[in-house]
Amino acid sequence: MRTFKRPESLYDNSTHYCPGCGHGIAHRLVAQVIDELGIREKVIGVAPVGCAVVAYDYWNFDCSEAAHGRALAVATAIKRVHPENIVFTYQGDGDLAAIGTNETIHAANRGENLTVIFINNAVYGMTGGQMAPTTLLHQKTSTSLEGRNAALHGYPLKISEMLALLPGVCYIERVAFDSPQGILKAQQAVKLAFENQINNLGFSLVEILSPCPTYWGLNPKAALDWIQEVMKKEFPLGRLK
Amino acid sequence: MAKVIINVQKCKGCLLCLNFCPKGLIKKSKKLNLRSLNYVEFDPQGECLGCLQCAVVCPECCIEIRE
Ligand SMILES: Cc1ncc(C[n+]2csc(CCOP(=O)(O)OP(=O)(O)O)c2C)c(N)n1
Ligand code: SF4
Repeated sequence: MRTFKRPESLYDNSTHYCPGCGHGIAHRLVAQVIDELGIREKVIGVAPVGCAVVAYDYWNFDCSEAAHGRALAVATAIKRVHPENIVFTYQGDGDLAAIGTNETIHAANRGENLTVIFINNAVYGMTGGQMAPTTLLHQKTSTSLEGRNAALHGYPLKISEMLALLPGVCYIERVAFDSPQGILKAQQAVKLAFENQINNLGFSLVEILSPCPTYWGLNPKAALDWIQEVMKKEFPLGRLK
Repeated sequence: MAKVIINVQKCKGCLLCLNFCPKGLIKKSKKLNLRSLNYVEFDPQGECLGCLQCAVVCPECCIEIRE
C-alpha cells in the first residue's frame, strides 16, 4: 500500500499562496526530492522575487534571498565558495526570463554546477498579473487587456529552448502541473536536476508550466485544464537537452 | 484500505483533490475552517484505493495517506 506524508524539508505551516496555486506544489516537490536524496543538511536554496519571495518560510533548510532576477548570480557565488553544498534557485518567469535574463544566460553559459527550478505561470503574479515574456499570444493580462499581440508585444519567449543551445548546459526539461501524473513526472525531473549537480555534471534546469488561477481568471481545475489544452501547445513538454 | 487524513485548517478549498479522486470520495464541506474557507472532507465510509492522486495534487500538502 502506498502512503503519503508531508516531507521533512517542508515546515508544517500554511502558505500565503492563492488557492490552487502551483507554487505550493512546486515547493513540496523540491522538499520531497531533498528528503529522498538525503541532502537537507547540504542544500542551500535561493529564493526569487515574485510570489515565491518567502519560499524560505516554507522550506526547512538553508536559504538565501536574491534581488529580483539575480538568483543565479547569488547562487553562482554561493556554489563557488561552498562547492560541497547543493545550491539551487527557484524562480518565476518574470524573475528568470525578464529582469534576470542576463544572469540566467550567463550562468548557463558558464556551465555553473547549479540546479534551477523555473516556474512558468505566464504572468507576473506578485505584482498583479501583468504580461510576462512567457505570456501566450492572445492571452489577456492586466497589461494586455486585448490579449498579447505579436506586432505590439513580441512572441512568448522560449528561454529553455534558447538555453538548451549552450554548451555549458547539462540538462533541461519542461514539465507541467496539468494533472497528478504531470506532477509526478515533474518530481522525477526535479530529482534528476539535483542528481546532476551531485554528480558534478553542470547546469540543470526544470521548467514547470504552473497554474496561476488568480491572474488567469480561472478556477484551479480549469487552470490545470488550460495548461493541458492551451499552454502545452505553445510550450511543448519534454527533454530539451 | 488506505486512510485519508485531511488537515482542514490548512485546506484552502481549491477542490483539486475532489476533481481528481477517481472514486469521488472527497466532498466540499458546508462548514468553514478558522480562516473562513470551505474545506474538503473525506467520506469516512469511502473505500480509498490508495492511488495518492488527491495528495499529489494538493498545493497545501494537507492530505496525508496512511495504511
Ligand atoms: C528591481 C525590481 N523591479 C521590479 C520589481 C517588482 N516585481 C516584483 S515581483 C515581479 C514579477 C514577478 O513575476 P514572476 O517572476 O513571474 O513570479 P510570480 O509572482 O508570477 O510567481 C516584479 C516585476 C521588484 N521587486 N524589483
Ligand atoms: S497570484 Fe498567481 S502565482 Fe501568485 S500566489 Fe496567486 S495564484 Fe500563485
